[in-house]
Amino acid sequence: MRTDTTEQHLLEGLALNDRKAIETIYKQHYNMVQALILSNSGFPDDARDIFQEAMIVLYEKVKSGSFELNCQLKTYLYSVCRRLWLKRLGQLQRSFSEVENLQDTVPVEDELERHEQRNRDFQIMEQSLNSLGEPCRSLLKAYYLEMKSMVEIACDFGYTNADNAKNQKYKCLMRLKKIFSQNIK
Amino acid sequence: MEKNALLDAVERYIRGEMLPEEQQFFEHVRNTNPDVDQLVIEHTLFLKQFTQYGETARLKTELQTIHQQLTENGQIGEGRPAIVVTLWKKYKKTVFVAASIAGITALVISGLISLLSPKVSPDKVDYLINQMGITNHKINDIATQVKSAQPPPVFDGFGTGFLIDGKGYLITNAHVVRNAREIDVQNTLGNYHARLIRLDPQADLALLKIDDTTYHAFNGLPYGISKSDGDLGEDLFTLGYPRPEIVYNKGYLSATTGFEEDTTTFQLTIAANPGNSGTPVFNNDGEVIGVVNSSQHNAQGMVFAVRSRNIFRAVDSMKADSSLLGSDSSLVHLHVPVGSALRGIDRRQQIRRIEDYIFIVKRN
Repeated sequence: MRTDTTEQHLLEGLALNDRKAIETIYKQHYNMVQALILSNSGFPDDARDIFQEAMIVLYEKVKSGSFELNCQLKTYLYSVCRRLWLKRLGQLQRSFSEVENLQDTVPVEDELERHEQRNRDFQIMEQSLNSLGEPCRSLLKAYYLEMKSMVEIACDFGYTNADNAKNQKYKCLMRLKKIFSQNIK
Repeated sequence: MEKNALLDAVERYIRGEMLPEEQQFFEHVRNTNPDVDQLVIEHTLFLKQFTQYGETARLKTELQTIHQQLTENGQIGEGRPAIVVTLWKKYKKTVFVAASIAGITALVISGLISLLSPKVSPDKVDYLINQMGITNHKINDIATQVKSAQPPPVFDGFGTGFLIDGKGYLITNAHVVRNAREIDVQNTLGNYHARLIRLDPQADLALLKIDDTTYHAFNGLPYGISKSDGDLGEDLFTLGYPRPEIVYNKGYLSATTGFEEDTTTFQLTIAANPGNSGTPVFNNDGEVIGVVNSSQHNAQGMVFAVRSRNIFRAVDSMKADSSLLGSDSSLVHLHVPVGSALRGIDRRQQIRRIEDYIFIVKRN
């Protein structure tokens, strides 16, 4: 089954970080996921964590340029959440024989494997940034993620000029790369 | 510096910001020099990972906000009742059995009691009721006594702070008070409750205000806060609380930049025990030129300090923040002193005049 046009639009919105689109997906599908988790020995906080992780899986998928789910968005999210929750139950040893199946599912194992790798990378990067400390962490975020100019950064961080800030940025970057490559081993 | 320029070129190449000729030249270098080629590949991968990290981090925050908003508006989630319902479904039978057993037991016991209980005169019952009233009173009295004698909060983090305005405004390091629930400050005169007004994590500075009726405001400060950077080799001294006793130390400005050549900080070398985070660094004239930031000091008597001009920057940005002014109207009158009254006097005199203005910062 092809993804219908409304859902296609939502997915494109998600890829572009459009808040309205994210909110719509949230409103349409969150309660279904919460029902799944709550009826399988979970709590509302678990439902929130699982649903948000599934949204990140979906985001990674659409970011890679694939808007084709081959099923309804609802089925896709349900399948991802179900897998994630089964895994979590296993880790918590709160395990019940099998999660009660409320909906149709599609296989999502491959995608979750890829997601896990990216999740590991995310955590290593976060850890590396934390051990990098301030002002390096904010400086690199300002330049590479918030796309601020060196002039703005020099002003915000109290450096005498842009060249000075650039020099500082270079040193911070070198340190981050070093910490990251050590952590990833 | 050369490496810096190379990496800069690599980044512009990756982003496609080079002019055609420059790009051609760079590609030539890349083809003939395997090290450059390796750097391009490795850096492309790293930047991709860093950007992905940033995107995911942003999405995570956004999802949290949306979740909170939708829950508050009642647009998602049914909350706890759902659990009660599932539990009810699961344990319905057990509950019925338990309830009927409880019912039968209750009947039997109340029957037995009415059969076996002795007859008591109404006088005795009245007497008992009276006694109970008196006992209740006593218990209430004791309870209020216990409440008023509640133990003081246990503090588990310590730093040093110093006044920048006699009205009770103190500067310390941001990392000393970050996420604090309760802040107390203590000087040679007493212990006071304080609250956090502003954190500036980038400069690692925090502004606190003493918020205690027992605190008597000082009329001006003996020292000033310097706007200049200090010279290499200049004599410096510190007064702080590395332990519950105030400790004096002297040393000199040993580098005009700090860790990793950070120009917002500088390096000083001091015999030992420089005082902990938030300790002010004075020059011979008794002007504060920096704030010790011990998170980055190492063992060889080398200490880093945040330049004092960052204090002015923090205060200015705070005054520009109208939301802060709304919560504390006296902020408008916060005045950071620049002149020092300690010029040219004996060090022992200087210390005697400064010490009351330095505080232990305690937080939990």
